[in-house]
Amino acid sequence: MSKIYYSETHEYARVEGNVAYIGISDFAQRELGNVVYVDMPEQGDDVEAGEDFGAVESVKAASDLIAPVSGAVVDINEQLIDNPRLVNEDPMTNWIIKVEMTNPAELDDLMSEEQYAEFIKK
Amino acid sequence: MEENKRTCLYDRHVGMGALMSPFAGFDMPIQYEGITEEHQAVRTACGVFDVSHMGEVNISGPQAEEYVNHIFTNDITGAPIGQVFYGMMLRQDGGTVDDLLVYKRADDSFLLVINASNIDKDVAWIRLNAESYDVEIDNLSDQIGELAVQGPESEKVMQEVLGVNCADLKFYTFREELLDGVHILVSRTGYTGEDGFEIYAPHDAIVAYWDRLIESGRVKPCGLGCRDTLRFEVGLPLYGDELADDITPVMAGLSMFCKLDKEFIGRDALRLQKEQGPKRKIVGLELQDRAIPRHGYEVLNADGQVVGHVTTGYRCISVDKSVAMALIDARYAAKDTDLQVQIRRKRFPAKVVAKKFYKKSYKQ
Repeated sequence: MSKIYYSETHEYARVEGNVAYIGISDFAQRELGNVVYVDMPEQGDDVEAGEDFGAVESVKAASDLIAPVSGAVVDINEQLIDNPRLVNEDPMTNWIIKVEMTNPAELDDLMSEEQYAEFIKK
Repeated sequence: MEENKRTCLYDRHVGMGALMSPFAGFDMPIQYEGITEEHQAVRTACGVFDVSHMGEVNISGPQAEEYVNHIFTNDITGAPIGQVFYGMMLRQDGGTVDDLLVYKRADDSFLLVINASNIDKDVAWIRLNAESYDVEIDNLSDQIGELAVQGPESEKVMQEVLGVNCADLKFYTFREELLDGVHILVSRTGYTGEDGFEIYAPHDAIVAYWDRLIESGRVKPCGLGCRDTLRFEVGLPLYGDELADDITPVMAGLSMFCKLDKEFIGRDALRLQKEQGPKRKIVGLELQDRAIPRHGYEVLNADGQVVGHVTTGYRCISVDKSVAMALIDARYAAKDTDLQVQIRRKRFPAKVVAKKFYKKSYKQ
């Protein structure tokens, strides 16, 4: 069973055990429009909660990706290299990086699905 | 904070759900359906842009031709009525005040079409230099609206939807006529690299034409987003990116629009720069990676020293490549020079290429 958490900068962390799949929310992909490039870290890199780890880019602009949790990148979604639009088609299935969390307590600082749904209504 | 200005089509843009954003002091539509879709419509069919934010200044009087030639890099001497010229106004030191179109309306009357971001600066400049000339200067920017109808289907659309026969208009010529009793100016010009037309008319008429074009279903409403991707692909400069107060036309590769055998403000500086070679140049860059070079990103040489910056960059829509225009040290401007672009935390290899990433298809 996985549980999904969201940050105020519209990244999600889908958590299974100690692993978090990180991507952008459906709201974020709609706001962004067609994704033409996803800038990802490399396997083995460390990411830190609140720090940028890459970017998603539309034709018009680049938006930084902010890590919702800290940890080591154990995998990146290589499909996005040649097919960045998958992020638009299904952002939840098409996570961007997979992180082995070093401090799962950081999840407490994130929003639940219900809270995030309220957050984006504002 | 001053409120942004609105064009006569503001209500239409908002009503149609366009994404609005401030540009050059105006609230302008960036996109409707999406930049890519709108871009493709202009390349393959027809799109319409609200470019009413552009400035228009009329210069008339006995010394109008002489004066326009004095402030304009291109040579309008003895041109036929109905001719349009592209060129620049320069400072004494050759830096660019603005790039603009000049429409010859009569032997003693010329319409200058200038960038929205520069209207106040340009009008002040035009007035300042006119002191010893017998000319009248009228800033018509707030009275005239403008539409750009662009794409291979434009000629048909102009005829069949608006009833304007453009078949006889050659590239960079125009005509003034009455359309349903309203005085309009229509030219075969644009800034997309496609065949197309620009219509200048009073605000009410512009709104009516817009409605007819959209209702026809044959014309896609287009925002400034794709206007930028379209002009970029065919290597056209945008003031503020590839031209600026400290960027001369020689640096930007626009010498063909500067007639050095006639007098104009900035000519001597330009001539000298041309003889000595400019220290910096606008070049094209192509990346092998998908990473996208954006305005302001640093350009480095093979040793990692900063040699310039990106002026415009995109994942090019018509040819699927990451490309840019960049202002760099002229020593690195030769084709095929290996450079790098700093994109966030990484450096990506880039090669100097011609700054035309897609071939224009104008109708001559």
